[in-house]
Amino acid sequence: MIEVRFHGRGGQGAVVASRLLADAAFREGKDVQAFPYFGVERRGAPVTAFTKIDDKRIRDKSMIYEPDYVVVLERSLLQAVNVMEGLRPNGMVLVNTEEGPDVIRKIIDPPRLATVNATKIAISNKLGTSVQPIVNTAIVGAFAKATGIVSIESVEAAIMTLPRSPERNAKAAREAYEATSKYGGE
Amino acid sequence: MVKELLTGNKATAYGAMYARAQVIAAYPITPQTTIVEEIAELIAAKRLNTQYMKVESEHSAMAACVAASNTGARAFTATSSHGLALMHEVLMWAAGARTPVVLVNVNRAMGPPWSVYADHQDAMAQRDTGLIQYWCENNQEIFDTVITAFKVSENKDVLLPAMINQDAFFLSHTSEPVDLPDQEAVDQFLPSYDAPYKLDVDKPTGFGSFIMPPQYMEFRAHMAGGMENARALIRKVDKEWEELTGRSYGGMMDMYRCEDAELILFGAGTMMSTAKDVVDEMRKEGRKVGIARLRVFRPFPVDEVRYLADRARAIGILDRTFTFGYGGPLFNETNSQMYNYRNRPPTKNYIIGVGGRDVRKKHIRALFNDLEKVAKEGYGKEGEVHWWGLLDGSTPEVEL
Repeated sequence: MIEVRFHGRGGQGAVVASRLLADAAFREGKDVQAFPYFGVERRGAPVTAFTKIDDKRIRDKSMIYEPDYVVVLERSLLQAVNVMEGLRPNGMVLVNTEEGPDVIRKIIDPPRLATVNATKIAISNKLGTSVQPIVNTAIVGAFAKATGIVSIESVEAAIMTLPRSPERNAKAAREAYEATSKYGGE
Repeated sequence: MVKELLTGNKATAYGAMYARAQVIAAYPITPQTTIVEEIAELIAAKRLNTQYMKVESEHSAMAACVAASNTGARAFTATSSHGLALMHEVLMWAAGARTPVVLVNVNRAMGPPWSVYADHQDAMAQRDTGLIQYWCENNQEIFDTVITAFKVSENKDVLLPAMINQDAFFLSHTSEPVDLPDQEAVDQFLPSYDAPYKLDVDKPTGFGSFIMPPQYMEFRAHMAGGMENARALIRKVDKEWEELTGRSYGGMMDMYRCEDAELILFGAGTMMSTAKDVVDEMRKEGRKVGIARLRVFRPFPVDEVRYLADRARAIGILDRTFTFGYGGPLFNETNSQMYNYRNRPPTKNYIIGVGGRDVRKKHIRALFNDLEKVAKEGYGKEGEVHWWGLLDGSTPEVEL
């Protein structure tokens, strides 16, 4: 089973991101679960969401404690939350940041690191506002590139079911896919 | 047939849609709210044709459903926790009036302390109202059970309302793939409700009138008979659903690898789904363990419990709640059904996952190990009722 934990802030779309990833994997014939951490959600407060992906039926209904992948929707969360908690050996952290790996590695040092400037891509595609961009679709596109677990085509297909601005969101996912950098591992 | 990614709450709304509920009255409460929203969306999209009544409380929601059902309409509602508690009086009425209303309850803890998380007290406390009570472990089962519950409840030998339980957040807000059958197949399986008695202006009758002592007891015995009849019908309808969709939930109880099990854990809801993974792991290690998942709490699965009693060296009973007084409700019920039976293996009550605490695979494994000790040596210092994993360190072997 592949287990993914998303860290975002209320309003950024971490819960939808977890669901989009599950939807993309579901389209590729996998069994999936997507769920929010059952906190009281408020705009701006740290939010956690989870995705499980497996070839066989997923029966484990408990939360994720040892993720294979961690996705951080906002750079400032690296200081606010222990995003490394429980990360598996050889696990990967994907961070939305404009900074290079050397800066991020001073804060967290995962076995594998991936970065993408999802904020810039979301703003240029007019997703949310420039003060509060919605980066969830871009970050799932980046996840497809960083991990290869789902194809960008499946991510785009999942995004096209969104009720608002699916085309611009799908474009953001594709741009983020192209702009993702990986460091370490292999 | 199509497969869609649905939350438990969406699966609930879809169930009501596929069952062609004619009247839906509901009042929003966390974590049920998205059921109310999804039903509104389905109506707006013209996918669901129903009388959707906005009401001022859960008490009114159930009252509206009872009245609708009295006219021969198929009625549906959904609630949670304090909403269900507020409905209590009308649940009694729905059952006594023999109206086959179906209700989905998102299991949530009762306050105070205020909580919105998974806990079984809300539903278990409604044990004696006369509602058939189903318990689900995944979103597919919620969808399927809304349809099968109407079929059982509307049978003229039953005519009792039903409550379908699904764990807050662990199901209500979790997305999972759900198979949706063809609507025509569901229509054939569940034809429209043909009420044997109903309010009809052309044929005036009275309902719910005052009654004298010589008759009241007869009515209650009739109700008990309806509940008794539900037992066989639930098994039959489960089989029919399996023929249609390939999915069975074991009728009255979902048993997993119990045939030759020496240690069995018995409980309700999502934690028992997680527990099945542990059974597979421990079986590989040569441990004879099994899971019995409560599928129906009312009527109580008496035969199934006795089947477990014939096999197990010990039975651990998980309660995600407590009856303040002594033990958990499932523990007390299970013990009662074995007292007059030839086999009475030792039982131990684990109070676990109360108020939404996550029940993980390592906890289930620890329970099996503890139960092994009970089978060999009897109860330890915690006795037969053990609040599992309290922060006071009384369960030192398991980190939370």
